[in-house]
Amino acid sequence: MDHLLEIRNLSIELPQGRRKPPVKLVEGVDLTVRKKQNFGVVGESGCGKSITCSSIMGLLSFPLSLGQGSSIRFQQGDGREVEITGLSKAELRKLRGRDISMIFQEPMTALDPMYTIEEQICESLLFHASLSKAEMHDAALEMLRKVKIPRPEQILKDYPHHLSGGMLQRVMIAIALINNPRLLIADEPTTALDVTIQAQILDLMNELRESYDTSVIMITHDLGVIAETCEEVAVFYAGQVVEQSDVNTIFHAPAHPYTAGLLRSVLSLGGAQQELYTIQGTVPTAGNFSVGCRFADRCEHCMDICRNRAPALSEISPGHLCRCWLHADTPKEETA
Amino acid sequence: MSGHNVILDVQNLQTYFPIQGGVVRKTVGYVHAVEDVSFQIREQETFGLVGESGCGKSTTGRTILRLIEPTSGHIYFDGQDLCALDKESMRQKRRDMQLVFQDPYASLNPRMTVRKLLEEPLKTHFSLSQAGMDEQVLWISQAVGLSPEQLERYPHQFSGGQRQRISIARALITKPRFVVADEPVSALDVSIQAQILNLLMGLQKDLKLSYLFISHDLNVVRHISNRVGVMYLGRIMELGDTEDVYHTPMHPYTQALLSAIPKRDPSEEKARIRLEGDVPSPASPPPGCAFHNRCPHCTAACKEQVPESRELSPGHWVACHLYD
Repeated sequence: MDHLLEIRNLSIELPQGRRKPPVKLVEGVDLTVRKKQNFGVVGESGCGKSITCSSIMGLLSFPLSLGQGSSIRFQQGDGREVEITGLSKAELRKLRGRDISMIFQEPMTALDPMYTIEEQICESLLFHASLSKAEMHDAALEMLRKVKIPRPEQILKDYPHHLSGGMLQRVMIAIALINNPRLLIADEPTTALDVTIQAQILDLMNELRESYDTSVIMITHDLGVIAETCEEVAVFYAGQVVEQSDVNTIFHAPAHPYTAGLLRSVLSLGGAQQELYTIQGTVPTAGNFSVGCRFADRCEHCMDICRNRAPALSEISPGHLCRCWLHADTPKEETA
Repeated sequence: MSGHNVILDVQNLQTYFPIQGGVVRKTVGYVHAVEDVSFQIREQETFGLVGESGCGKSTTGRTILRLIEPTSGHIYFDGQDLCALDKESMRQKRRDMQLVFQDPYASLNPRMTVRKLLEEPLKTHFSLSQAGMDEQVLWISQAVGLSPEQLERYPHQFSGGQRQRISIARALITKPRFVVADEPVSALDVSIQAQILNLLMGLQKDLKLSYLFISHDLNVVRHISNRVGVMYLGRIMELGDTEDVYHTPMHPYTQALLSAIPKRDPSEEKARIRLEGDVPSPASPPPGCAFHNRCPHCTAACKEQVPESRELSPGHWVACHLYD
């Protein structure tokens, strides 16, 4: 078994008061992340990619809650599988930062301005490992060297406001990796950074991956970042996975019209001054999804069946999943 | 397609912001936001300004509209020096030069309906009857793709892309000839970005507009611009026809910047020029070439002398000692 994380039938609900049924922001998500895999999650804002991954950390905040039947199974370091949805708060705290850690989008706001870099790196050592003060200092120094921070001795004593965005993101990566986690969730780690700094950080993450046994879930809206870093990709649209496959298939033979449209609108960019390919309309908001396929209103290939019946995510070729009636030789309807 | 008449001529523009310190707010230094920037924009042309955050591209755009006062330099619009105008004539001039902002969530007053928002610039610049205003509002809302019933709604009822359409309509309702678009698609999702870019290009054709298009997104700038200027630490490092600059970048910074664009295809092999370190602070820019401390080709001359901009091939200007 080389499955590290198995998400089955995940749904996330936003209650609407006592009279109305809750709105499902994420519905029926199945994801499997293998050991040492770089897994990409891509989608536009509001598609549910970030809250899906927050739920892995048990970080859903009130009033959001997991729906009935959601399951997140994670294999711990000792080989035991745990059901994250059933863990108590104390158990979750033990998991976070040790087995699963996270890098956030804005390093400027994710670090505490009141503590030095050393204190912030050592915080997670203090919690998860029993080391002496000197050992912790050495570990923090070693970690800063690994993420290629110049003058690490000095930087340890600095406060976050002394450092630039790119440096802070390196510090965030150092904090996330210091306990050698089995799973690293990176939520738009380079979105707030400039292109030259983004290139540095992506290179660093690719290099570190070679030396750690960590699986990475990379959440992003940028297909370029996916192309640079990932092996397997899940495309989110309106709270569902609409397509999942290895990265080459997604880029060269996308099956879902949304994935294809997204790629076309990005790829036609740069060809000078022609009309860009666009996907018509806008993403429907949660709670206003149609009964059929959620992409039907914007789809070029929309058929009658698309408006009336919701397609299920089905395997169209080995390892390639797609949620679309176009590819349904053996049409499967989603069972509500 | 684009005419050859120069509509905007910026010469040696400088914008400094004072840094104040101490109890008496004494000026202790200056942020050199824009340093000796010169370029021209022709009629019906899109000139792209591209660079990383803090390089002074937005300040350049705002200084041209004199929303920020320049420290020195000249801005000629239609042959007239904008810096010499008094406040009132500058205000009238803004009828011809408008600005589209980055964040459509922050730039629209939440308490005004779309109709009110669109009427506001008309009231400022023209004295029209209500019927006359209605006509203009209807015309521009159709041009940007808003339906008549949407005019009575408030900004919060629209998505980001729709709000950016409203912002564009607001900028274009006075029928300007020159528009500064400051990161107009950066806050939008990919599929919506394409719609707004198409809209901007379509409107340019129909209304014969010239754009100064400011963005950090290299692909977007390449797509929309006829000519492009690459900024670094307040200076234009390279300037030329878009395809020239993207195909044969001459300045080491442009080369590194272009190689840092994430690849579009996982199977593509890409050699990346790695830049070490960060952009220096514009409050204490390094002497000599602004880029010398990160440049892989740095020589002794780069540390001392500021390189002058030279025309290496027709219309392709580069400020670098490599080509001395």
